[in-house]
Amino acid sequence: MDRYLLIVSTVCFLVAIAHTALQMRGGIFRPMRFNFFAVGLGFIFQTAFLSIRGHALGRCPITNLFEVIVFVAWSIALFYMVVGPGYRLSLMGAFTAPLVVLLQLFALLAPIDKPHRVRLPANSWLEFHASISLVAYGAFALACIAGAMYLVQERQLKTHHLHSIFYHLPPLTDLFAAITRLLWWGFGLYTLGLISGFFVGEPLPWIQIMCAIGVWFLYGLILQGRYLHWFAPKRVAALCIIGFSAALSLLWGITFTAQTHTP
Amino acid sequence: MNLSCVGLSHHNADVEAREYFAGHVESDRALRNCGCNEALVLSTCNRVEVYAASEKRVSTDEIARCLVRDDTPHRFAPPFYRYEGEKCAQHLFRVTSGLDSMVVGETEILGQTKKAYEAARATGAAGRYLHRLFQRAFRVAKQVRTHTEITRGAVSVGSVAVDLAHKIFGDLQNCKVLVLGAGETSERTIRALVSRGVADLRVSNRSPERGEALALAVNGRAIAFEQWLEQCGEIDILITSTSSEVPLLSQKKLAPMLRERIDRPLFIIDIAVPRDVAPDVNALDGVYLYDIDSLQSIAEQSLATRRAQVAAAEQIISQHVAEFDAMMTRGLNCPAQSSEHPTVGIVEQGS
Repeated sequence: MDRYLLIVSTVCFLVAIAHTALQMRGGIFRPMRFNFFAVGLGFIFQTAFLSIRGHALGRCPITNLFEVIVFVAWSIALFYMVVGPGYRLSLMGAFTAPLVVLLQLFALLAPIDKPHRVRLPANSWLEFHASISLVAYGAFALACIAGAMYLVQERQLKTHHLHSIFYHLPPLTDLFAAITRLLWWGFGLYTLGLISGFFVGEPLPWIQIMCAIGVWFLYGLILQGRYLHWFAPKRVAALCIIGFSAALSLLWGITFTAQTHTP
Repeated sequence: MNLSCVGLSHHNADVEAREYFAGHVESDRALRNCGCNEALVLSTCNRVEVYAASEKRVSTDEIARCLVRDDTPHRFAPPFYRYEGEKCAQHLFRVTSGLDSMVVGETEILGQTKKAYEAARATGAAGRYLHRLFQRAFRVAKQVRTHTEITRGAVSVGSVAVDLAHKIFGDLQNCKVLVLGAGETSERTIRALVSRGVADLRVSNRSPERGEALALAVNGRAIAFEQWLEQCGEIDILITSTSSEVPLLSQKKLAPMLRERIDRPLFIIDIAVPRDVAPDVNALDGVYLYDIDSLQSIAEQSLATRRAQVAAAEQIISQHVAEFDAMMTRGLNCPAQSSEHPTVGIVEQGS
């Protein structure tokens, strides 16, 4: 039953994409409220899904890969709802929706929604550690999206080929400022998640710990490079995309490994 | 009640004729005396038009006479155009939407029309018929701007440069601008940048006198020509328009200066012919180089986009013309929609 909520949520995000695609095809792009509302509605259905699943499990619904992916998609939508209008990055919805749809479609279509045979005991530190780390993934995802927007805008400015979207994308300096803030938010939350992992009170697989520390180092390096002027903004934007792709693959690895180790 | 528009514009009359028929303070009264129940004169640098509502038809010659500043006989046989009823509404909707402007899609005309309308309302020259017509025209203009790309992009070199600067830096208030060469186009570009809030202006010219004169004119400061290159580490926008035969700035010269400002973009506007900046400079990270051809090409592209949107705008206009015509046929006695209530005092004139 709860899967239907997720399907409706995915449809909402798809509507946002279709609306954008139609407008782009017509040569007119309006970074309108429509995208914000469509994503907002999708977010409400995602929240409803997670809430029902959480009640059924009696704990935070991140017990298998399916739930983890949906939780990440929810974090992305959450950050968009908070960051998008705040930074006047209205077009971000057009970039956010495809990523959320990809994640949710994969979650819905792949046979990964396997319930645990035994009811997992609630562990507040473990739940805090996992959920805060996944929310950090939402910030990293938004930094990745802002990075993609930066690269699109930068390319148009470099090549002098200005498309309709150019006039609706935010200025480069604003995008770079948003990337930096999102990286700090993500890094801060992820650090918090990592530290809380030490209080879980049960042994975690070493590969999981190594992967988590690897992601932490990766984003630490991007931030370090940004402030020590090792990387130009364009490279920081590209690294945000590479970083999130790597983090997402590691997340899959972590969850997959964790599942194979649980009874 | 007949609605009509009589006028001349840049399409059919030269500036001398437009000046002669530009209207005057007594035009409103003169138009009323010749039989117009309501009349509004829209006089801009590109057009002079009278929108009138009258019981009987007032001839074009009579209206034209009301616009003449003095009694001196004119040498012109001005080709006044005249639109009645729905054609009048269609013409006004096209005017306020910028479709009839010299630069398609320009938005200044909407502000000018609003001003003319407010003035006519204040003096009582515009009553409920013109009120309905103009309120509808403002709605149409807004809808056209929202639902088409008719106003998209800049169409002059100066405004394209300003638009690009905005897309790179966002707020231009803290941008530092260096102008190399005191040419006319660079002065126009500086003025456009100043209008967007740029305050830190530096001017460098081979002839210090001209450089200082331009710096004084734009409220900037003059920099010795020998020192301009050092400024590249500090500035955000460089505008070059010297008459140098060889490029003054190359990748080799600029690259070392960019190391310290890796996170700050540099926007170079090279409007000199031959070019002052070697094209390979654009390959540097964070440098955006635009020469006169690329700026002009963007301006032309914007103009083409605007023209391509004309059909969509005309479609919106025809829908509104049909609705407005139906409303006029029904008469104004039927209840008005709330959005069509006057924003200033209602002056009931004629019926």
